[in-house]
Amino acid sequence: MDFDLMFTSFPKLLGATVVTLKLLSVSLFFGLFLGLLFAILRLNKNIFINKFAYGYSYVFRGTPLLVQIFIIYFGLGQIEYLRSTFLWVILKEPYWCAIIAFTLNTGAYTSEILRSAFQTIKPGVIEAGKSLGISNKIIFYKIQIPIAIRQSLPAYGNEIILMMKGTSLASTVTLMDLTGVAKYIISTTFKPIEVFIVAGGIYLFMTFIIHNVIKYLEKKYSFQQ
Amino acid sequence: MELLAFGKTGWGDELFYATLMTIAVSVTAMLIGFIFALIFTPLKLSKYKSLNLIGNFYTTVIRGVPELLVIYLFFFGGSGAIMYVASIFGYFEYIEINAFITGSMAIGIISGAYSTEVFRGAIQSIDKGQFEAAKVLGVGKFVQFYKIILPQMLRLAIPNLSNVWQITLKDTSLISVTGLVEIMRQSYIAAGSTRDPLFFYSFAAVLYLLLTYLSMKLINRLEARYSRGY
Repeated sequence: MDFDLMFTSFPKLLGATVVTLKLLSVSLFFGLFLGLLFAILRLNKNIFINKFAYGYSYVFRGTPLLVQIFIIYFGLGQIEYLRSTFLWVILKEPYWCAIIAFTLNTGAYTSEILRSAFQTIKPGVIEAGKSLGISNKIIFYKIQIPIAIRQSLPAYGNEIILMMKGTSLASTVTLMDLTGVAKYIISTTFKPIEVFIVAGGIYLFMTFIIHNVIKYLEKKYSFQQ
Repeated sequence: MELLAFGKTGWGDELFYATLMTIAVSVTAMLIGFIFALIFTPLKLSKYKSLNLIGNFYTTVIRGVPELLVIYLFFFGGSGAIMYVASIFGYFEYIEINAFITGSMAIGIISGAYSTEVFRGAIQSIDKGQFEAAKVLGVGKFVQFYKIILPQMLRLAIPNLSNVWQITLKDTSLISVTGLVEIMRQSYIAAGSTRDPLFFYSFAAVLYLLLTYLSMKLINRLEARYSRGY
């Protein structure tokens, strides 16, 4: 055990954790909106809209995240037309490519979570709202969404943890996130176990925090109060 | 289309073998995962706190750490660990482990952590009366597990195990970083030499979709089989 190495690599890895957290929070933020949008589209009665939303979530949940990042980072740059548009400013940066891939990926999973949450809402709740003369819009925003959020919290908590682990793939497109820096230190020192303990410890600590925050929110928003 | 031709002119046969490799690694990893689950599920369900702790440590650490980090640990640490063990027995030559074994071991350990959780949940959701009835009838421990608990457990576990299989299948794309030529690695090579990454990575995505779709069909059949009588 090389404790010296563990000690010196800790601040470096901690610095890289900031990159990981940035990637995670930005993609979760956009992914939540995307997920909500597609969950609503999934519940649409029009079969084309419905199938489109299903296709989106099927494709992004059925392929590895690594493929998605590679298509966006290596693949899209190949299209000549894209290079001439303003999109190229975004697509030439690995950071934004990773964020786009993560957002699309978490959006697909989130849309499934929210859709099943919407579907488990008892029809009686909506009928009660209607019979009280509340407009459809208000029923949606003030009744359906809060219940769906409460319903989907445990599954969404898992999704956040999965996404946190997913951000490690950013290291494959040259980003120096926690895993990227860990790999760099391993490949220069050839001490994989020590680095794994430190980097893994940081990841576990983040998992622990996310897990407890979700648990707290679940308690706070539980129906039995 | 000519990019996908078989033979020396295209990448069709290479991608076909790469797909077989992905399937081989996934199946091996899944089986290794079952072995790990077989060891750690009893530990998690044990009466003894210390054994519980070992089981929980395994599932928590593996499920809380990115897969890529575990793969790097095995990739860079695997041969070192084997050489250390070999040196105890007096063998000091350099040993290199095959990328297939390293990859399947790494993915297997990850998949094992998820399988352990699935089996634990399935066993815990079996009615206590089943265990008690078996005991009262004087059925031996082995027969009790094999003939009474396992069939009921499988029915409950299969839908979740199908999720574990999907995760395992997708995780195998990560071992391309170790150089094992599976779908991802082959696409990377093809994309590099033809300068057409968009086509090859999209094709890789299609291959993965096909694999997940086909395995879904197969698992649904299995599920119907084990739900007979319900």
